[in-house]
Amino acid sequence: MSPISAQQSALNPDADSLTPAQRMAERAAIDRSCRTPCLVFFGTSMFWLMLGTILAIIASTKLHTPEFMVSLPFFGDVGLLTFGRIRPAHLNTVIYGWASTAALGVCVWLMARLCRVQVMNTWILVTAGALWNLGVFVGMLGILLGWSTGVEWLEMPTQAAFILFTSYALMSVWAILMFANRKPGHIFVSQWYIFGALFWFPWLYGCVQILLLLQPVEGSVQGIINWWFAHNVLGLWFTPIGLATAYYLIPKVTGKPIHSYYLSILGFWSLALFYSWNGGHHLVNGPVPAWIISVSIVASAMMIIPVVTVAINHHLTMKGSFHLLKTSPTLRFVVFGAMSYTLASLQGISMAFRISNEVTHFTHYTIGHSHVGMYLFFTMMMFGAMYYIMPRLVGWEWPSARLIKIHFWCTAVGGVVMIIALAGGGIEQGLKLVNIWLKEAPTEANPSGTPYSFMEILAGTLPWLWVRTMSGILIFIGHVAFGINFVLMLLRRGERRLTPTLLGEKSSSPKLEAVTA
Amino acid sequence: MNKLSTLFVGIFITFVSAWLGLVVIPYIQLGGLKPEKDEITGALMPPALSGSAQRGRLVYAANGCVYCHSQQVRGSARRLPEGEVPPDIARGWGARRTFPRDYLGERPHFLGTMRTGPDLANVGLRYTADWQHRHLYAPAAISRGSTMPPFRYLYKKQRIVGAGTPDALDFSLIPGVEPPEEGYEIVPTEQARDLVAYLLALRRSSYDLPEAAE
Ligand code: HEC
Repeated sequence: MSPISAQQSALNPDADSLTPAQRMAERAAIDRSCRTPCLVFFGTSMFWLMLGTILAIIASTKLHTPEFMVSLPFFGDVGLLTFGRIRPAHLNTVIYGWASTAALGVCVWLMARLCRVQVMNTWILVTAGALWNLGVFVGMLGILLGWSTGVEWLEMPTQAAFILFTSYALMSVWAILMFANRKPGHIFVSQWYIFGALFWFPWLYGCVQILLLLQPVEGSVQGIINWWFAHNVLGLWFTPIGLATAYYLIPKVTGKPIHSYYLSILGFWSLALFYSWNGGHHLVNGPVPAWIISVSIVASAMMIIPVVTVAINHHLTMKGSFHLLKTSPTLRFVVFGAMSYTLASLQGISMAFRISNEVTHFTHYTIGHSHVGMYLFFTMMMFGAMYYIMPRLVGWEWPSARLIKIHFWCTAVGGVVMIIALAGGGIEQGLKLVNIWLKEAPTEANPSGTPYSFMEILAGTLPWLWVRTMSGILIFIGHVAFGINFVLMLLRRGERRLTPTLLGEKSSSPKLEAVTA
Repeated sequence: MNKLSTLFVGIFITFVSAWLGLVVIPYIQLGGLKPEKDEITGALMPPALSGSAQRGRLVYAANGCVYCHSQQVRGSARRLPEGEVPPDIARGWGARRTFPRDYLGERPHFLGTMRTGPDLANVGLRYTADWQHRHLYAPAAISRGSTMPPFRYLYKKQRIVGAGTPDALDFSLIPGVEPPEEGYEIVPTEQARDLVAYLLALRRSSYDLPEAAE
């Protein structure tokens, strides 16, 4: 066999000089070695997903029905249940509990697969996983009990952050050991992203812990650093992991290599260069130096490059394989996630300009945007990854195709409805708040027109917020279906299948997703 | 890109550039900012918070007011017609926009990202302490249609001794809410008093800054 070029190995996860039988044996051994740590990460992430969704529904309901769940029997009114604690508890549970934990599980598996070595030092991973969960638990409890730091995205008390950081440091040590032991000559596209993410996140997190909480800077500078962090958590932690997943799973399921090496390179480096400068656009028109905002707006606009290159690259890889979306659960979630990534990014770019930001900032539109990113993109991507990885860990296929379908349709429809409600409500709210949408148009006698009063604007958002709560319930139903399937699988219930569980008609190309692929 | 070293150097440099730009340089630029001294009275602008108001900041953080309230008066990016002021100012949220100096000493910052409720940068100029207590206790009774959560857990019921507590809630001004039974009163806890002291101290338009003259 001819030697494999760097380009080939970057594009094709199966570029090696093994015979199919050898390759199957190697993969089976690797998957087996991932079993314990990955199940620790995935299993606990499921718990946080459920809890996070319940907290979301409570918070969402409180926004239109403020007397909902304010008191406990015997205790009367309690601070623990107030909106201002439930909301950050939701955010921290889904960001650190669900999304990051699932991401770490996916990282472990992808690293083992792509370095082509079995997981060593499992104890490091299991310890890291246990600590991570302990950190999230302490942090969430701290927020509910009123010990929040008050800084958005970093509300967990510093004790919890310290535990999380220790856990992450263990993960990094493990990752370095894995990289050092990898089979030579291979760095697949996904590994660029994982490598970046594992380096960027601890720096970000460590830096803000020091500058915002341990030796805090003041006022406006805090705001700048706060949003530098919060934006980069998405851009330099979740986005790379999500894209690494897509870059690996799309070729795996379709059986084709990534379309273009140059697009992959351009997409990666432009993301690294521009995303990290975006944070300032959260403070447009705010009390910070104008140059910071200008630089961030320019960087946000430049995001068009990584977004469009990645979209084209994925689309051209998928071309000719779209029929697989009917049958493959993995592909359906992953492609949905990848398309949402494009949408989330284009939406983000459109919100970064001074004029558009004046309308959308401070409204539900922004909340909607973060859910396009964190839910429709990242969460759906993690679902796709778990559909692919879990059978290989457990040695058992997903018990029920119907539950997969319920999961997909409830989360997809629920997610889209939520985005529409928040975007629609947000635009109405924003246009009225800046007096573009007036109650009475200007007349000669009243040259600037009559703006809506604040209370009228508030009332206008309520129907949209009700729709959002409904969509949350739909999403919750989807998560419950997923949870049931997950537990049944761990219990090895349902019939024993030799081929993967597919959706729809059974005939079309089941082999591609077989457990050994 | 099959060399780990190349990859690492690139990942490092891209990140460091943004770190310098968005963390280090702003820190250097704004870190040395000092309060302005009023030439006549010698008063500091912005004034320092009292001890009670300082503690009130923590109550504000713990109960998540920041998820519904911003504290910044923005300018407008649009070209407004002659004589028209930016919408934040038109809504009565402040007489001028706010500047970095207005936020000196704030840890954590409460710039905020959401306006489910009105901006609070200058709320201390708008209401009395008694109004604030009544509003925190029963927002919907004070502002009809309000979705602000009630903060009744920051208040406590106690037996009236003597003439009663001066800042006990006056239920004749809280329409539709049951007063406590005969002989009892509802009074703010220490936390509620600190919180209101903080809210009353939010008066950024009450002093002028040189940068506001531009
Ligand atoms: C769920 C969102 C929400 C939360 C959380 C919230 N508020 Fe409000 N707040 C509102 C809304 C809506 C209004 C406007 C209606 C009203 O006056 O009650 C408001 C109004 C106010 C006002 C009157 C402002 C004005 O100019 O009329 C003050 C003061 C206030 N809130 C303080 C607080 C404090 C202090 C906290 C935290 C302890 C808090 N709010 C938490 C939603 C919220």
